[in-house]
Amino acid sequence: MRVTVDRERCIGSGRCALRVPRVFDQDDEDGLVVLLESAPPAELHDAVRQAAASCPSGAIRADEDGAGSD
Amino acid sequence: LRSKSGRVLSDDVVKDLADRMERGYEPDHLQPRKGGRPPWGEDHPSPRIQVGRRPFRMEGLLQSARWKGVRRMAETRVVPLPYRREGTWSFDPAAELARLRAEEPVVRYPLPNGGHAWLVTRYADAREVLGDSRFSNALAPSTLLRPREGDEVVQDDEPQPGAFIVFDPPEHTRFRRLLTPEFTIRRMNALRPRIEEIVAQHLDAMAAAGPPADLVQAFALPVPSLVICELLGVPYADRAEFQSLTGAALDLTLPQRRSLEVFGELASFMLAFVARERRDPGPGLLGDLVREHGDQFTDPELGGIGGLLLLAGHETTANMLGLGTLLLLQHPEQLAAMREDPEAVDPAVEELMRYLTIVPHGVVRTATEDVMVGGQLIGAGEYVIVHLPSADRDRSLCAEPDRFDITRAPGAHVGFGHGIHYCLGAPLARLEMQIAFPALLRRFPGLRLAGTDTEVAFRTMSAVYGLDALPVAW
Repeated sequence: MRVTVDRERCIGSGRCALRVPRVFDQDDEDGLVVLLESAPPAELHDAVRQAAASCPSGAIRADEDGAGSD
Repeated sequence: LRSKSGRVLSDDVVKDLADRMERGYEPDHLQPRKGGRPPWGEDHPSPRIQVGRRPFRMEGLLQSARWKGVRRMAETRVVPLPYRREGTWSFDPAAELARLRAEEPVVRYPLPNGGHAWLVTRYADAREVLGDSRFSNALAPSTLLRPREGDEVVQDDEPQPGAFIVFDPPEHTRFRRLLTPEFTIRRMNALRPRIEEIVAQHLDAMAAAGPPADLVQAFALPVPSLVICELLGVPYADRAEFQSLTGAALDLTLPQRRSLEVFGELASFMLAFVARERRDPGPGLLGDLVREHGDQFTDPELGGIGGLLLLAGHETTANMLGLGTLLLLQHPEQLAAMREDPEAVDPAVEELMRYLTIVPHGVVRTATEDVMVGGQLIGAGEYVIVHLPSADRDRSLCAEPDRFDITRAPGAHVGFGHGIHYCLGAPLARLEMQIAFPALLRRFPGLRLAGTDTEVAFRTMSAVYGLDALPVAW
């Protein structure tokens, strides 16, 4: 899985950082998303998919076909 | 006939508009040009002048006589569909909304001034509208759904400065970007010890006074109210004034003129506070804004930000705590799980948010161009009411949506909205609920309803659903 975030779209809701703190964080300066892990381990894939689906601003993409999975 | 600012309409204008509307036209202000520009152009004051003698084309429940009651008469009137609840304890959205979701997911809803809005009841459609920049938050008057008195129609000529919830980008972005870092998970977690302290103090006071107690007045209202006051730096000593103003601001029975007056009073209250902060910036969020961005905002803008956060910060969480406790009391096993198992708390809070979804709809959207939603054409200039409680009971969100189940995997409910106006204070609200519910249930393991069921007072005619009173014992 390959994760990308769009800080232009991000509104800093913090849902992703709350749900998958190993993958997402918030920048203290602007409150917007910081990607900690663009190729998260398999056990986090479900949670990352959830975070992408529930992001209020559609700022998270989780592509399944990335060569970076695992 | 006159607008809020006192402009008087000539009889000719009124007659012309009334005639056109009778033939099925909408007033001009409902129809911005393609691209979202209002037809009156940028340089002219908007002709938000209103038309009286509008023939009633409304459902019975919206007929003017029903709207003319006084406050506290909510029990005796028919509650308008978006605010209506169903079931023994009125937790569920009206059954009619479930029917609409199944059969007419995007349906015309009549407005008190005539004309209509589109009522959107499905989850996917709700997310689509809320996430689509072709829908504006800035064009619908704040009094759109408020009852009118007689033929008088009153609307706001100018939006409240700083009330960024009714702004579109880029103006919305200017405010939201500066406030976002104030509400990060980390900033909120730093408040945890203080919130725990406030919660404990109120539970101590309840225990000391002994049963019975009104949980709303003793706990659900004062806890979030005190928290948001400390966060903003607003003196809690002024609570009697702002609590009555914020309550009135959400009161759907207030006619249009009075509703605007209440918002004016809230703005004045906040302006006085901003003037003090300008002289001597305090430790709260507004003091921070004055210190760090004081030259970027006018006083009315700072007051508007503060008023919005004050209103949003306690009216919502307070109602979740009251109504959520009542819901948990109806489900003793789930209540016990929330009390005993710390792991159960986070998903339980999300399920409470989904199941109760106490904000019936956010700001009414206006299409800035023709948009198809759920197979229905929404014309440029038409209004859209996105029904959040209905969306959160949609089977496409979760299985058995009408069952309250705190063990569900948290899904993407719209209890805090969706899109760029997603609740700024959601991390604070979540934290307050995650602290307050288990603390209450642990302190009073025998918590139960006191008195008769009829003493539970539902806030049926409010823009935020909840309880006015919840008598409990332990």
